[in-house]
Amino acid sequence: MRHTFAVLVENNPGVLSRVAGLFSRRGFNIESLVVGETEDKTTSRMTIVVEGDERVLEQVSKQLNKQIEVIKVNDITDDESVNRQLALIRVAADQSSRQEILQITEIFRCRIVDIGRKSLIVEATGDEIKIQAIIESLKPFGIQELVRTGKVAMVRGVK
Amino acid sequence: MKNGAEYIIEFLEKKGVEVVFGYPGGQILNFYEYLGRSNLKHILVRHEQAAAHAACGYARVTGRPGVCIATSGPGATNLVTGIADAYLDSIPMIAITGQVKLQDIGKDSFQEADITGITTPITKHSYLIQELSQLPGVLDEAWQVATKGRPGPVLIDVPKDLFLEEQDMAAIHSHLITRKVAREDNTEKMMPLIVERLSQAKRPLILAGGGVISAGAWDALAELVQRTGIPVVNTLMGKGAYPENQPLALGMVGMHGLAPANLALSHCDVLLCLGTRFSDRVTGNRRNFLEKACIIHVDTDAAELQKNVITDFPVHRDLNEFFKILLEDPALVKSEANAQWISRIHQWQKKYKQPTEFSGPLLKPQAVIQAVARMADPDSVVVTDVGQHQMFVAQNYPISSRRGFLTSGGLGTMGFGLPAAMGAAFGRPGAEILLFVGDGGFQMTLQELATIREYRLPIKIFIMNNGNLGMIRQWQGLFFEKHYVASDLPAYPDFIKLAGAYDIPAVRINAPAELDEKVKLALETQGPMLIDCQIEANEYVFPMVPPGGKPGDMIGRWQDETHICCISGE
Repeated sequence: MRHTFAVLVENNPGVLSRVAGLFSRRGFNIESLVVGETEDKTTSRMTIVVEGDERVLEQVSKQLNKQIEVIKVNDITDDESVNRQLALIRVAADQSSRQEILQITEIFRCRIVDIGRKSLIVEATGDEIKIQAIIESLKPFGIQELVRTGKVAMVRGVK
Repeated sequence: MKNGAEYIIEFLEKKGVEVVFGYPGGQILNFYEYLGRSNLKHILVRHEQAAAHAACGYARVTGRPGVCIATSGPGATNLVTGIADAYLDSIPMIAITGQVKLQDIGKDSFQEADITGITTPITKHSYLIQELSQLPGVLDEAWQVATKGRPGPVLIDVPKDLFLEEQDMAAIHSHLITRKVAREDNTEKMMPLIVERLSQAKRPLILAGGGVISAGAWDALAELVQRTGIPVVNTLMGKGAYPENQPLALGMVGMHGLAPANLALSHCDVLLCLGTRFSDRVTGNRRNFLEKACIIHVDTDAAELQKNVITDFPVHRDLNEFFKILLEDPALVKSEANAQWISRIHQWQKKYKQPTEFSGPLLKPQAVIQAVARMADPDSVVVTDVGQHQMFVAQNYPISSRRGFLTSGGLGTMGFGLPAAMGAAFGRPGAEILLFVGDGGFQMTLQELATIREYRLPIKIFIMNNGNLGMIRQWQGLFFEKHYVASDLPAYPDFIKLAGAYDIPAVRINAPAELDEKVKLALETQGPMLIDCQIEANEYVFPMVPPGGKPGDMIGRWQDETHICCISGE
């Protein structure tokens, strides 16, 4: 089972390596990990997606809680939440295919952020399913390079 | 105005630290300059690993954090084994290391090592001080982290220049960790059910772990046993949690647990586990550990609950709090079936007795341990190293004194014994320290004989000398078709001469006939003494639950049997 943890940590050097080290040391599988400062400069938010059964997930949460620099661990898998990933896709584009690619990006509400002579860079945001769909649609044109972030998530409404 | 070194020393003094163990070096010399002028007693060990083990020994006998000090780079990395040992056995420890100057960090400077990174997985937390103003907060927090909840080691790495930098420390507000968000606690809801299970159990059993000792919950446990009549088994770390001279103390369980204790474990229907983490050495195969029994697991560390074994009642509580709630409940009574259960245990005790009489010309390790146990002051501190002798002591030396048994349980560190005994001697002045150590483990940290001689520490070093790595040999004998690879230790050094070189008196025991007389001589000698016990090389530790087995399924020799046989708990 795949779970999403929202982890509030102190914004100290070394905290990322501690958390990442904890996962590898205990044999937990990280699918993605995104970290960035929050509205409060002294804290960071990590969004960690983990694969594992119920027992593994319980251990992940408890072991994270034991870390001194971890302030709060929330499993938000079952919460109503907004999930976003970002992908930059360099796709081959010549005169003949450019128009078609533009149409696809419009349908998915992506943006073209760079145009070269033989390629375009498409910026896509959305949940995992949408990003996957965009990638699949652009594949026939020839994807030359792809970078994507892990998932960031925020629980809807006031919790 | 105070500098970093003065502040650290003053902090330690305020916390009641009297003794620190360490070894100087370039990056920590500034600290030593001020340490030398303070009231702290610094014990110069002969290798940093010994400083960590000695701090650990000190902490184990006192219950207060042990402090060890080392320089940067190799000094710090030499502490690593001792820190890992303390981490696995949940021993409070503060390690202070010197680091290269702030501006030299990350440049691969002389004697630079990322010790906070290296120790991340083996400490509760590790700190690198990056500006002097962090120091008060870090020290306060480090002390709390080391001692609160489940105790453990903490490392503080201080760059050289910060020892001398001055600042008005009183003006700095130290921030303490109060940020943690409390999690739900359903102990209260579970308690009536737990009380009911314990009071109605047909075959109840208490499994006492090291957590009982770190919580100092001896009296509460004794009260529980007295009130309910439930027998007690212990883990290796829990030895001494309940006095072993009591009739309801069945002794150690696990891979080399006593047969009656393991049989009780495999037959119980309600098991109350206190401050223990279901090590594979206790459970054997974790997957099918006591599938039919109701298991109640109490631990101060939530992460231990449901980690190794899934239990019916995971209770996240400090043991003292748990005992308070439990013992205040009038519904907690002795179960009606208790007498029947106890009489069944008595039958096992009669049938599967540990040998107490030894014939033959060769000296048996059990005979040595039993002789010392018989003759020594019961308030002595017993220390072991790691290996066969460790298990023989766990089986044959009943411990009734508090914090009177020190062993490297989780990490199983050979070389632990001698330096840990030193720490115990400083932690409990006036007490006799009895160290049992193999000839293998002794040679890993024997340089500390110099420290022992320097302070004339009252340590009796019983070398269980069988000329080989006994536990390795036992495994090779049982599971590797007697291929004795790299387990032979040739008959040197001559330990008597070695002791002579350190000006420590020594005797050799060659035969059973001279055992009592020489043990008596050793115990009557003031100060340190080395006793070279020439024990039989072919002795195995029995019973033994083969790795991955079930607690009740053991191989061993019982009564007068000469051959190895199996008993099954099913």
